[in-house]
Amino acid sequence: MAVTVSPERDSVATPIQRALKEAFYAGAIALGLFVLFIGLKTGQNISNELVLTERWGLLAAVVIATAVGRFLYVAYGQPFMANQKITDVATGLLPASVGSRFFQLPAFILAVVAAVLLFVLSNSLAGWVGAEPAGYLQFLRALAVIYVLASVIYYFRAFIHANFTKLGVAALVLYPILVVAVLSLNAWSIVGGLQGSLKWVDNFGIQILIYVMLAWGLNIVVGLAGLLDLGYVAFYAIGAYSYALLGTHFGLSFWILLPAAGMMAAFWGVMLGFPVLRLRGDYLAIVTLAFGEIIRLVLINWREVTNGSSGISGIPKVSFFGLMSFNVSDPNYIAKVLGIAQSGAYYKIFLYYLILGLCLLTAFVTIRLRRLPVGRAWEALREDEIACRSLGINTTTTKLTAFATGAMFGGFAGSFFAARQGFVSPESFVFLESAIILAIVVLGGMGSLVGIAVAAIVMIGGTEALRELDFLKQIFGPDFTPELYRMLLFGMAMVIVMLWKPRGFVGSREPTAFLKIRRAVSGSFTKEGHG
Amino acid sequence: MAGTTLLDIKGVQTYYGNIRALNGVDVSVNQGEIVALIGANGAGKSTLMMTIFGAPRARSGTITFAGTDITQMPTHEIARMRIAQSPEGRRIFPRMTVMENLQMGASLDNLKHYDEDVEKVFTLFPRLKERIAQRGGTLSGGEQQMLSIGRALMARPKLLLLDEPSLGLAPLIVKQIFDAIRELNRTQGLTVFLVEQNAFGALKLATRGYVMVNGNVTMSGTGKELLANPEVRAAYLEGGHH
Repeated sequence: MAVTVSPERDSVATPIQRALKEAFYAGAIALGLFVLFIGLKTGQNISNELVLTERWGLLAAVVIATAVGRFLYVAYGQPFMANQKITDVATGLLPASVGSRFFQLPAFILAVVAAVLLFVLSNSLAGWVGAEPAGYLQFLRALAVIYVLASVIYYFRAFIHANFTKLGVAALVLYPILVVAVLSLNAWSIVGGLQGSLKWVDNFGIQILIYVMLAWGLNIVVGLAGLLDLGYVAFYAIGAYSYALLGTHFGLSFWILLPAAGMMAAFWGVMLGFPVLRLRGDYLAIVTLAFGEIIRLVLINWREVTNGSSGISGIPKVSFFGLMSFNVSDPNYIAKVLGIAQSGAYYKIFLYYLILGLCLLTAFVTIRLRRLPVGRAWEALREDEIACRSLGINTTTTKLTAFATGAMFGGFAGSFFAARQGFVSPESFVFLESAIILAIVVLGGMGSLVGIAVAAIVMIGGTEALRELDFLKQIFGPDFTPELYRMLLFGMAMVIVMLWKPRGFVGSREPTAFLKIRRAVSGSFTKEGHG
Repeated sequence: MAGTTLLDIKGVQTYYGNIRALNGVDVSVNQGEIVALIGANGAGKSTLMMTIFGAPRARSGTITFAGTDITQMPTHEIARMRIAQSPEGRRIFPRMTVMENLQMGASLDNLKHYDEDVEKVFTLFPRLKERIAQRGGTLSGGEQQMLSIGRALMARPKLLLLDEPSLGLAPLIVKQIFDAIRELNRTQGLTVFLVEQNAFGALKLATRGYVMVNGNVTMSGTGKELLANPEVRAAYLEGGHH
C-alpha cells in the first residue's frame, strides 16, 4: 500500500525562502564586518585633530549589495547550476551549456556591427551626444569587442585547446605588429599608430613578459626543485645592477653584459645555496627572505658603488646587435639608417621582441632540462630528498644547480629591466616583487609553464588594465582611481583561483618518461593522460 | 660465489643527539645470501639500515662494503657503490609516474641499461606494467612497495637493502613480494639484507638471521635455527604472527 504524505507536511523551504534567509545572514555578517571598516573613517584635519567621518550611506550600499548578491546566488544561481547537471527526461540530453546559449550568431553579428560602427564614428560621437554619454558608448564598444573576441575563442575552443602553446607563441610574436596595425588604421597614420602603440607594447607587453620570465625562472627553483624561495627578487636586483654599473662605468654593450649579469646572479644563487643546503620548507623560506632583504639593504647603503637609494640613471640602451642604435643623436640611429620616421616606438618594439626571446629561451631551457638527468633529479628532490640520496643523487649539487639556474634567469631579466628603464634603484626590488612572482608561480600551477604564463597575463595585465578603466570615474566620481584597488583585486583573484583550482590554473604535470625512452610514445599510452 | 663477505658491520654505534640507538652492532652479509634482521619496534633495525647509508652516520665502528670502508662516505657515494635500498615507508616519488620513478632508479648509469632493466622489473612485477603512466602516489600500498623495490633494482645493485617490505600489506601481497625477493636471489644471485617485523616470513625466506633488541644484536643463526629457537618463538612468532 502506498503511503501518501500531504504536500504541506512534505514541503521544504523553497529556494526563494532559503535565499531570503541566507541573504539576511549575509547582510548581517557584512554589517558586522564593515561597520568599522566602511561605516566610519578616521582622518585628521588641518590642526592635526582626529576627525571621524560617518559613511552610513556607503555602508548601507555595501550591506545591501552583499545581501542581494547572496539572494540572487542562492535563489537563481544554485538551482541553475544544479539544473545544468540534470538530463532532459524526453531527450536524455544535458541542457545546452551556458556558453552555447550565450554565444549565438545573431548576437555575434550585432556585436560586430556595433563595434565597427562605434569605431568609425568614435571621433564624432562626443560632438553629437556630449562627453558623458560618449564615455558610456566607448564602454559599450569595449564590451562589444570583448564579446566578439570571446565568441571567436568559444567557437574555436577545441582547436585552441589542442594547439595552445603554438597559438600562444604566434600571438605573442604578432602582438606588436597587430597593435601598430590596428592603431595606425584607427589614427589613419603609421606614425600615429606607432605613437599609440607605446603604451600597449610597453606597459602591457614588456611588463607582462618580464614577469613571465621571472616566474619561469623562479619556477625552476620552486616548481621543479621544490625549494621555497621568497627572495628571488635579489637575483633580479643583482642582474639589474650588474648591467647598470658595468654599462655606465665601462660602457660595455648589453650583449656582453647580459650573459655576465646572468653569471653574476647564478654565482650569488650558489652563494645563497650553500648555507641553506640543509634547510627545507618554512626554514628555507625565511632564510631566502632575509637574503632578498640583505641584497636590497646593501644596494641602499653601499653608496660609493650603488649611489644608494637615488639609484643609477643614464643606463645605456640596448643596440640592435651593434648594427643600429636607438639613440636619436647617434649617426646610426635606426630611423636614419632605414630612412623611416623618428619614433620611440621602435625601441619598445625591439625590447618587446628581446624579452620575448629571453622568455622563450627560459621556456626552452626548462623543457629541455626536465628531460635531462639534472631536471629529473630536481623533481625527485622536490618529492623526497632521502629517497633521492639513497638512489645515488648528489643532493648538494642538485640544489645548487637549481638555485644557480633559477638565479641566472632572474639575472637576465634584471639586466633587461635595467636596459628598459634606463634607471635602477633599490625601490624596484622590494619583498612585494618576490611575493608577486611567487604568487604567479603558485596561481599558474607549480611546474607548468603555460599555467604560469596565463597567471602572469591575468595578474600583471589585469592590474595594468585597471589604469584603463577611466569610465569608472563617471560612476564613482572623479576621485576614484581604480589602480589603487589593484592589490585588493590581486588578493581576491588569488583567493578565487585557490578555491576553484587549488593546484593552480594547470595543476597536472607532463610526465617525461615513457616505456621506450628514445622512441615516440605509442598510442596505447597516450590515452592515459599524456596528450 | 657464496661465502665472501660483501657487507661487514663491526661495532657500530649510532646516536640520535645524545640517545644511543645502536650499541655496538656486528652484522655481516655474505655474497649471495638473504639475511634477515628481526626485532620489535624501536629495536634499531631501521637505524642500522640508514646507518649503512650514512644518514645518520655511525659515531664509532666500521662499515665495509666489498672491501671498501664506507663508514664516512657521503650517502650518494655509498649508493654509487651499488647498494640500493627500498626504504622504510617506501618513499616513492608520489607526483611522478611509475616510469619516472623507475627512471630515477637508473640515475647511476645515466639510463644506459634503462630499457632492458625496465623490462626485467615488469617481468618481476607485472602489476607495475599495468600502472605505467599512473602517478606513484595513486598506487596501492602493495604496488608502491613493488615500485620501491623495482626502483632499487634499476640501479643494478650488488646489495639490496629492504626495510620492512611487508609493512601494512595484505598477506597475499606480502607473499608475492617475498616470492619476488626469493626469485631475485635464486636466479640473479642478488644479495639481500632485509629488516622485518614479520619474523616468520622473513626467517623462512632468509639464509641467515639476526635478532635485535634495544640496539644490540642478541642472537644470530641460520633462518631455520632461529625459527626453531624457543626464545625467538616466544618473543616474535607466537604472539599472533602466522
